[in-house]
Amino acid sequence: MIQSRRTFLKGSMAGSAVAIAVGAGLLTPQSVLAAWPKAAFEAKGVDSAMSTLFGTTAAAASSDIKIKAPDIAENGAVVPVSVTAGHPGIESISILAAANASPLCASFDLGSSAEGFVSTRIKMGKTSQVIAVVKAGGKVYSASKDVKVTIGGCGG
Amino acid sequence: MSIKIRATAKQDSVTVKALMSHPMHTGLQKNKKTGEKIPAHFIQEVNCEHNGNNVLTALWGPAISKNPYLSFKFKGGNKGDTIKISWVDNKGESASEEAQIR
Repeated sequence: MIQSRRTFLKGSMAGSAVAIAVGAGLLTPQSVLAAWPKAAFEAKGVDSAMSTLFGTTAAAASSDIKIKAPDIAENGAVVPVSVTAGHPGIESISILAAANASPLCASFDLGSSAEGFVSTRIKMGKTSQVIAVVKAGGKVYSASKDVKVTIGGCGG
Repeated sequence: MSIKIRATAKQDSVTVKALMSHPMHTGLQKNKKTGEKIPAHFIQEVNCEHNGNNVLTALWGPAISKNPYLSFKFKGGNKGDTIKISWVDNKGESASEEAQIR
């Protein structure tokens, strides 16, 4: 929780307009969730999203992260992605689609009893890598998988 | 705006699958008839609790598919325990649902 609060603070400083708007009472507290890292979700590149979310772009490639996603996704609006990670003490798992306008799709904060597994469905604008970033024991690990998106539906 | 939850216990691990109904508008799509942009409307935060303890918090952007699906696993759950899942979207709307582990 401390980390996400820190990223939020960092994010709100970067987008100081938001901070000012909140300070001036223009936005109701409900419309600005304390934990939601707005700057990371609006970041326009993988590096920028990574540095906003984790404070670093240097993620160690890890074979302990398994990404399950289709090689060819016929419909980019619904791409099932599962991430399994075997690291001890996993704090969070994030999913990024490299070619999306805003690459960060989702970030999952895992509690102490949660296992290193999450599954969801994401939207992808075009063929690109799906990147899974795992934060465990204060370190950042990543893995990626190529997913080909064929819009129009007639396969690859 | 409902949530469907299925939680199954297998040995010492519980698998939770949830399906939420939500349009998940990115804010980039246009209404085909009027040409007007559909404002962004998406779930930002999903909280998952087991017997009142937080197991997983999902922070989502608009790149999650319409009618989102979420699955995760955790240890220490037993049959009959309560799983609670709730979400909040960028308009401040929310929904919450409970289910028992089977």
